[in-house]
Amino acid sequence: MNLGRRTLIGIPYLWLLLLFLVPFGIILKISLSDIALAIPPYTPTLDLSEGWQGIRSFFAALDFENYIFLTEDDLYWRAYLSSLKIAFISTLLALAVGFPIAYGMANAASEWRPTLMMLVILPFWTSFLIRVYAWIGILSNEGFLNQFLLWTGIISEPLQIMNTPTAVYIGIVYTYLPFMILPIYATLERMDESLLEAAEDLGCSRSSAFWLITVPLSKSGVIAGCFLVFIPALGEFVIPSLLGGSGTLMIGKVLWEEFFNNRDWPVASAVAIILLLILVIPIILFQKNQEKEQEVDA
Amino acid sequence: MRRFTWFNATSLSLGFAFLYIPMIILIVYSFNSSRLVTVWAGFSTRWYGELIQNEAFLDAAWVTLRVAFVSSCIATVLGTMAAYVLVRGGRFMGRTLFSGMIYAPLVMPEVITGLSLLLLFISIGLDRGVFTIILAHTTFSMCYVSVVVSSRLVSFDRSVEEAALDLGCTPFDAFKSVTLPIIAPAVISGWLLAFTLSLDDLVIASFTAGPSATTLPIKIFSSVRLGVSPEINALSTILISLVTIGVVTASLVSKRRIVQARRDEQMAEQTA
Repeated sequence: MNLGRRTLIGIPYLWLLLLFLVPFGIILKISLSDIALAIPPYTPTLDLSEGWQGIRSFFAALDFENYIFLTEDDLYWRAYLSSLKIAFISTLLALAVGFPIAYGMANAASEWRPTLMMLVILPFWTSFLIRVYAWIGILSNEGFLNQFLLWTGIISEPLQIMNTPTAVYIGIVYTYLPFMILPIYATLERMDESLLEAAEDLGCSRSSAFWLITVPLSKSGVIAGCFLVFIPALGEFVIPSLLGGSGTLMIGKVLWEEFFNNRDWPVASAVAIILLLILVIPIILFQKNQEKEQEVDA
Repeated sequence: MRRFTWFNATSLSLGFAFLYIPMIILIVYSFNSSRLVTVWAGFSTRWYGELIQNEAFLDAAWVTLRVAFVSSCIATVLGTMAAYVLVRGGRFMGRTLFSGMIYAPLVMPEVITGLSLLLLFISIGLDRGVFTIILAHTTFSMCYVSVVVSSRLVSFDRSVEEAALDLGCTPFDAFKSVTLPIIAPAVISGWLLAFTLSLDDLVIASFTAGPSATTLPIKIFSSVRLGVSPEINALSTILISLVTIGVVTASLVSKRRIVQARRDEQMAEQTA
């Protein structure tokens, strides 16, 4: 192997090893340590000056205490379960909102499609934080939604939406909607239209042609979209902390508070490791779906 | 046959209303003269004036732009190298690990990436500040760049490169004068993506920033926690307008290029 090729591979490889893989080793190690009143606030720290003895006593002091703590305190259980539930429900809602939009885009005249695409992508380039922030003014008790509903006379008392899981659902659906729309649109746009014509020629009604042809053919886009919403929603921090208030429990927020407010680094690391273990399953399923998709293309 | 039905029209209008009304409200109320953000009291540009005089926001904006510029440039170089290695690199030791490390940061929750990098910086005794945010942002955005660039590398005809090599180009020359011009649009969009991701990032920056550096999202987040404020509305309006101008220009340019390409094809057919 020549020098040029070696540097080409070596530089990005080394960068990712040092700034991606090594940090994970450190998280794993700290999750097995104990909290201490020191800088850094955990023990043991590896002391290489004591040689072999130091390394042995270092490993001897590591234990699974933090993980046992996580199973004993029901705050963490409830946070993981509630994150799963919130991510799952928001994914279904995003699908319900996103599919009709993607379907409409695919049926639109072809000269309109680039503009519609741009309108879907534009929010994605806009600051995530600002898009979540925009909902505070809408959902709060004196917000625009309540003002509007009071004005129309549908309700007589302002609704409490802010600081409830409902606000978090709205926030997640709103911010991740482009991730749902784009893969579904991609599969619908590619679909062979003559299949629908054939079905109608053979006496299929339009709605049964939709359910028998369009929906099954859009399956891989739907699955991709669902994972693209579910995976980031599970570890979400910004949305539950701005819209969910104290009324919603999500693991990303628990990790943040454990770290910044309680300064319990070992427990924060253990929370992170378990979150990763939970995420491995949907990530592998997503990967499988993408591979199958590529095989179909090829 | 595709038929655009009433159902399609309704779902598109409702969908785009859902996507755009919150932003439109934000923009309209940034011109509200009252501090009460949900009561309209007349048109005014007062909050823009106050925003320009707010030193803390200006400092944070400057830090953010510096971080975004430097990190997106390094990420573009590293990400393009990584994409080239993934698509053209052939077999080498640890290839699976390499591609795993490229794709994993894309699906990693930000809280975990932030926490792990912070623990790294502390354990090697690196002082947190602008430099550590740049390192963190470069790491996750190089993965996005590499995905964008490798999709372009996969789709173009490799024989052009091989022709250049056969005609006596060194691999570096072939890359510079054949490959790079072809993948240039993907490299540029990778850079733009890296730049926006860095501008936008709150969570990873909060972990890696330390007390000495504050980025704009950190500043916005801490003031938004106290509720809606008209200055933030004004700031949001500025950011939304910049993004809109950028995206609309980019799509007009690409549309023009497609039209031009079509015209060239027609000309070629007519002359042939």
